[in-house]
Amino acid sequence: MSGMQAGKFLGRNLESSSKSFLAPVAGAVAVTVVGALLDWRLGLVFAVWLAAWGLNILLTETGGAAKRFVVPAIFGITLLVLWQMAVRLFDISQVILPAPTDIWGAITTSVPVLWADFVQTVVKGALSGYIMGAVLAIGTAIAVDRSRFLQRGLLPVGNFIAALPIVGTAPILVMWFGFGWQSKAAVVVVMVFFPILVNTVAGLKETDAMQRDLMRTYAAGYWQSFTKLRLPAALPFIFNGLKVSTTLALIGAIVAEFFGSPIVGMGFRIKTSFGTLELAMVWAEIAVAAVAGSGFYGLVTLAEKRLTFWHPSQRTER
Amino acid sequence: MRNLLPILTVVAVILGLWYLAVGPMNFRLALDAATRGGADVTPATPDEQGQTGLIRLMLDNPDVMPAAYAFERPRLPQPQDVVSEIYENTIGLARRCEWQGFGAERDNWSPLSDGCLRVIENRRSLIFHAWQTLAPTLLGFAIGTGLGILLAVGIVYNRTMDLSVMPWAIASQTIPILAIAPMVIVVLNAVGIQGLLPKSLISSYLSFFPVVVGMVKGLRSPGAMDLDLLRTYSASGAQEFWKLRLPSSLPYLFASLKIGIAAALVGTIVAELPTGARFGLGSRLLTGSYYGQTVQIWAALIMAAVCAALLVWVIGVVEKRTLTRLGLVR
Amino acid sequence: MIKAQGLNLVFQTNDGPVHALKDVDLEIDKGEFVSFIGPSGCGKTTFLRCVAALETPTGGSLTVNGMTPDEARRNRAYGYVFQAAGLYPWRTIAGNIKLPLEIMGYSRSDQDERVKNVLELVDLEGFGRKYPWQLSGGMQQRASIARALAFDADILLMDEPFGALDEIVRDHLNEQLLELWARTDKTIGFVTHSIPEAVYLSTKIVVMSPRPGRITDIIDSPLPKERPLDIRDTPEFLAIAHRVREGLRAGHAYDD
Repeated sequence: MSGMQAGKFLGRNLESSSKSFLAPVAGAVAVTVVGALLDWRLGLVFAVWLAAWGLNILLTETGGAAKRFVVPAIFGITLLVLWQMAVRLFDISQVILPAPTDIWGAITTSVPVLWADFVQTVVKGALSGYIMGAVLAIGTAIAVDRSRFLQRGLLPVGNFIAALPIVGTAPILVMWFGFGWQSKAAVVVVMVFFPILVNTVAGLKETDAMQRDLMRTYAAGYWQSFTKLRLPAALPFIFNGLKVSTTLALIGAIVAEFFGSPIVGMGFRIKTSFGTLELAMVWAEIAVAAVAGSGFYGLVTLAEKRLTFWHPSQRTER
Repeated sequence: MRNLLPILTVVAVILGLWYLAVGPMNFRLALDAATRGGADVTPATPDEQGQTGLIRLMLDNPDVMPAAYAFERPRLPQPQDVVSEIYENTIGLARRCEWQGFGAERDNWSPLSDGCLRVIENRRSLIFHAWQTLAPTLLGFAIGTGLGILLAVGIVYNRTMDLSVMPWAIASQTIPILAIAPMVIVVLNAVGIQGLLPKSLISSYLSFFPVVVGMVKGLRSPGAMDLDLLRTYSASGAQEFWKLRLPSSLPYLFASLKIGIAAALVGTIVAELPTGARFGLGSRLLTGSYYGQTVQIWAALIMAAVCAALLVWVIGVVEKRTLTRLGLVR
Repeated sequence: MIKAQGLNLVFQTNDGPVHALKDVDLEIDKGEFVSFIGPSGCGKTTFLRCVAALETPTGGSLTVNGMTPDEARRNRAYGYVFQAAGLYPWRTIAGNIKLPLEIMGYSRSDQDERVKNVLELVDLEGFGRKYPWQLSGGMQQRASIARALAFDADILLMDEPFGALDEIVRDHLNEQLLELWARTDKTIGFVTHSIPEAVYLSTKIVVMSPRPGRITDIIDSPLPKERPLDIRDTPEFLAIAHRVREGLRAGHAYDD
């Protein structure tokens, strides 16, 4: 995208049938003026917002390949800017909503604490529970694979349980396994077990008759057919379950800490910082959780890309 | 319903395992109580008991096992105890529940007798608490779904919105927002917004994004061939929306609705947690865990499960009716 | 080689019993190319699947190489080519051809050599490292045929393998199939919907008709083994095609 193209775009629109172009601009200006009349600060907020939106429209119409990253980035940054402006201009108390700069300050001054919490919750709680749960779920799916009867019973029951508020088992599991990371891992295991199980069973069922006939003509044994055909074919489904479970794992670990934890951990920190009204710290932990969550999801997606590169959904760019 | 027998088998196996696990889970507690009661146990002191493995303890003291099953404050309650707790706190509260009818002369007119009201309004009743949780869930779900559909339409028809908002909508699903649900409640309470609205905000947020993502996928699902056909009819954008895109998006919408309602319910329950809410299933979970009333926790959990199942089932029924009428059933 | 006597197969469906094969008597000798032609429901695919032990007859006898079909299957006596190529998208073409070889326990070096030979046979040299979706429909089907030829089976069973391809590609593949047959000397059973294809390819044409599925006519083709595509315009060819068409008409293939 170039400045020249943008200029040309503006020029073109101002010259030609400018009704479709002028109307939204006039509307934006009107909203800003009305806002400013109510309160000069409101007007300023609107002005910034609408200007950024206008920039995004410009980029969408004229931009090149990079706009896929630039436009949402501008959207996100604008949100942060508006947040900061609103908090400062309207003097919103720190106790209710801290500004992004306050949160950043909290992050930079508490890196060791944040790191310790991260290790406790994400690595020891969420990750270990995720791996254990995934291994258990896939193992169960393979064990049940030979019995159509058990599958027919397990799929509906599994679907049912996967939709339930499993996070409610947290207090019970804390009672059983104590305050340490083990109870958090246990909650995560329970939360990720059923989605992964259901997806794996569905994936293993998903071979069409022709492929199974082909295996019969080779007189292939059960395990040969399993490792060469059914397991690779099931991978897209398994990854579906694995991706959904990354978020569940993180939620499970953090919420479980609300019910009791040693003096470290993200849920613990959120609860206590909240009690002492250090909201900036609460948001700092949330920011770390957000990064951890998207990072975890991103890693699993990367693995998915490498292992299921052959699947149509990975090959076509939508 | 040829799946009925396998389902019953799996459920029976789960119940069986549950029942078997009750004894061992409560054994140490029962042994401790027996020791304090002066009974003859091997080994004799609590310290030594703590050191010994569970299997050894069970083998050495088989006569404590029945007590383990009958334990009052168990670590793992028996299935029937949970069921009876649920019964006592719901239907059991009803005594002479009857329909008064519209002709009754009463001060505070109500079509249901006191017996029935005891089940619905009593603070002890699980149905009361369930409703305290369900109400904000349903309200939030409605708001979230409505806004979600609107945003989805905006994304599909406006390229700028598509590029700006869609990546964030997808990314937000990987962020464990659920963890801060309690905080949002407290902040809103501090600003003066109380009652139904804060909890609804949480559940509306949690159902919002799945609906957006699903609806966008659905609105974009018509193939090039279908869109070209409408173009040959010179159909307007609105006509294309109502006649093609909206009907095609319904299967995707219903799938997202099921995810959204389950998420909304979990959101409301989590929102009730550490902020000391007094009503609702989440608060029952919390008080149960504070006072060590395990059966209460289990009862609340089962009730939440039943609510979740009911909500998803209702959406499933609506889905089936709608899709059958539109010929979209697989 | 393949001998069917009084073969019967009745399917029990929700709408009542379906007589898929009735009193089928057929002998296929070694090295023959036999086509099965008829409308839908005439039993041609069902018969092929019986030979492959993918279906079980309810009456009569069927032997393959002197054994029951299931024993023959376990002895890996035949290769099967389906209507769709059915290649695994997560394996390269070479990997796909190695699939039966891995299952049957051939050594690594043996596998590599067979893959090389068979790719050459179907004219796909150099495509071993490609993935199925990178190939056209015709090439994928050729790879599927290569897969069926990779191991040492005397019999090749093909169920409408070229049905999904356009006519020009089909002609080309028909020629290649004949060349392949000449080089490998296999016994081929071929199911098709296309009269010219059946007449062009085979030494023996089996005309079948539905309700119940049965053989209407068996035609021994007088055409020479070496056949250019132009042979389709000769009077001998047309005479055989005419006979096939008569057989189909007699079996009510053209009635509603």
